[in-house]
Amino acid sequence: MRGTRARATAFRSRHPRLPANGCSVEPAQTSRDRRPTVLAMSFVEYSDLIQDGDVAIVYLGPESMMPVKVKQGAQTQTRYGVIRHSSDLIGRRYGSKVTCSKGGWVYVLHMTPELWTVNLPHRTQILYTTDIATITMMLELKPGAVVCESGTGSGSLSHAILRSIAPSGHLHTVEFHQQRAEKAEEEFKEHRVDRLVTVRNQDVCKDGFGVTGVADAVFLDIPSPWEAVRHAKAAMKRQGGRVCSFSPCIEQVQKTCEALVDQGFEELSTLEVLLRVHDVRTVYLPLPDFGPDETAPQTSVALKTTTLPREMPGHTGYLTFATKPRT
Amino acid sequence: MADNVDEDSPDRIKAGDYVVLKRGDIFKAVQIQPKKKAMFEKQWFLPDTAVGQLYGSTFDVAPGGILQPRKPKDTEGSTDANEAGTDNRHILDDGKSQKLTRDDIEILKGQGLKDQEIIQQLVDNSSTFRDKTKYAQDKYIKKKKKKYENTVTILRPSCRILAMMYHGREPGKICHMRYDMLAQMLTLANIHAGSKVLVFETCAGLVLGSVMERMGGYGSVIQMFPGGGPVRAGVESFGFPAHFHDTLHEFPICHVNALLAGTLDTACKDPPAGRGQCPYFMFFFYFQAQERKVKLEEKRKKLASAAALLEGRNADGLVIASRFHPCPVLLGLIQFLSPSRPFVVYSQYKEPLIECFTKLKERGGTVNLRLTDTWLRRYQVLPNRTHPLLLMSGAGGFILSGTTVAVDDSKPANSQRAEERISSCLV
Repeated sequence: MRGTRARATAFRSRHPRLPANGCSVEPAQTSRDRRPTVLAMSFVEYSDLIQDGDVAIVYLGPESMMPVKVKQGAQTQTRYGVIRHSSDLIGRRYGSKVTCSKGGWVYVLHMTPELWTVNLPHRTQILYTTDIATITMMLELKPGAVVCESGTGSGSLSHAILRSIAPSGHLHTVEFHQQRAEKAEEEFKEHRVDRLVTVRNQDVCKDGFGVTGVADAVFLDIPSPWEAVRHAKAAMKRQGGRVCSFSPCIEQVQKTCEALVDQGFEELSTLEVLLRVHDVRTVYLPLPDFGPDETAPQTSVALKTTTLPREMPGHTGYLTFATKPRT
Repeated sequence: MADNVDEDSPDRIKAGDYVVLKRGDIFKAVQIQPKKKAMFEKQWFLPDTAVGQLYGSTFDVAPGGILQPRKPKDTEGSTDANEAGTDNRHILDDGKSQKLTRDDIEILKGQGLKDQEIIQQLVDNSSTFRDKTKYAQDKYIKKKKKKYENTVTILRPSCRILAMMYHGREPGKICHMRYDMLAQMLTLANIHAGSKVLVFETCAGLVLGSVMERMGGYGSVIQMFPGGGPVRAGVESFGFPAHFHDTLHEFPICHVNALLAGTLDTACKDPPAGRGQCPYFMFFFYFQAQERKVKLEEKRKKLASAAALLEGRNADGLVIASRFHPCPVLLGLIQFLSPSRPFVVYSQYKEPLIECFTKLKERGGTVNLRLTDTWLRRYQVLPNRTHPLLLMSGAGGFILSGTTVAVDDSKPANSQRAEERISSCLV
């Protein structure tokens, strides 16, 4: 049913622990500002000026953004006209207003995992910021954490994890679909985070994460997470750690919880988080006409309030968290 | 017990550690101090008797308040192979099914019976227990466990645990911020190692500590504080290593206007040294004055270093969560951010954030403004008994988030050349 047997291939580009060339990363000891110095913008480190090779976000208007790969000599078409990278982008400060050839303007924003999530090319259904934020906190992700993830999918959560564990952590991500695994590896390289991540093209339920006893946290977003629970346990540190499984269906959740209990996990907690976006607007409420009345000159009252959308996202998936005790 | 090479040493509880006590869903943060008692769930005990044990261990509270490690197998009672009924049609709820009285139970407790043994006694002396369905029996035992449990688990503090603790114990101290809202804030503000983040909070230091945890000791955090001094009790509970505190700065908001106007003077102003002989009895006052001078100098130095970090107006993130009206706070502090950086404002109430939204729209210089809140629902997952929990947390507060952009169009260095190039092409 799964097709050809997935081969375990590790796309490891550089040693995971050493920083990339030119990047000196130290804990807060030296300069007053104590920022790790990086050569160029990446998803895990801010820079001020737009440079050749950056992936930036062009903001055209509310709910209208697009990712752009900045390149000398390149051009980007927008509905406001052409943006010429060499003259309009490179060397300018992030956040600047850029006027396009037709006279309209856009803003160029520094990439963040949150902006990437809403602008990335979908190869699968992705996780959105609301769930990602909850997962990040409940898995206790922080700089230096080692995380295992499967499936990589379109890399939405992966980028957020990398941001949270940089500069000293590592992400081991497993994707059983070969093209998706390759595309993810490409993207991590393009986004200058490849030193922090190892992509493996294999089936986590059969072959695990490719590492044992190293992970502080494990995340599962696969059709049959209960089959991967024992691999999650094996990948985690002896001292313990946190696990999370994301499943759209309650039956999957039930099976996964059973497997977690069987494998000795504790502190099981299943929850779901929904986001409500409040639309700020001024509404005008008419006043009734009860006849001539000197004290009520108005015909309507303006009210600044919020409204909720007619339909809102009602479900993404159930998040199940647990703690692996020391073994 | 202590080896020369104790691999587990970093995971052992030490005196002076900040830990979190846990029983079920109840948490409490304490510091382990020699001979200091802690009160938790109506019990007194001595946390320092756990020193040397591993974090994550569960302890029985023995008489005298001594904590004794509990073996993992002890926690499982025997709930299998009991007879059970099929439904409750014949069970009468007359309050008479339990034969043991309160006094009987106290006697059993006094005899030193462990909690599972007491529960077993209750089960044996209940006339209706074996008529209950298997599920009802499980529920009964779970309820008794909760009541008679005599255990404490000692955990390492983390943002997750402390946020849940504050929300459960003292929500008023954190402006009723639910833990998933805190999670949203930390992610929306893109808190990560190496950035320079401004925090203005009156949440007992929980928000500040969470930001510091996510920065891992890299970069810098500047706490903007109202009044006389920064409140940081919550930060201590995180138990950060000492070097984390090197990244934490503070700046009193009463100097914000001066800093923005460029009129803040943080230079050292040495009063003319009062040389000359001090009479013997004046030495005491002299030393006091010296102490005060040293303290003032320290304060001045801190102010200067924080001002230096701020005056570049190139901070990478802004997090506001306080009981103050957020509007002036946001409009004041947003000026310290670089363009294209996120900011997040939390408020217990929606209306102040509506005002912020409106004012920011008028001011310009921000995009992607969103006013949101989250809805959190927890589930009980058991075979044939899966359902959402009966109680939900109603209020968690609201968040306004957005990204700064250039307020004025800044002329880049090469724009003139670019314009020439374009115009020459058009010729």
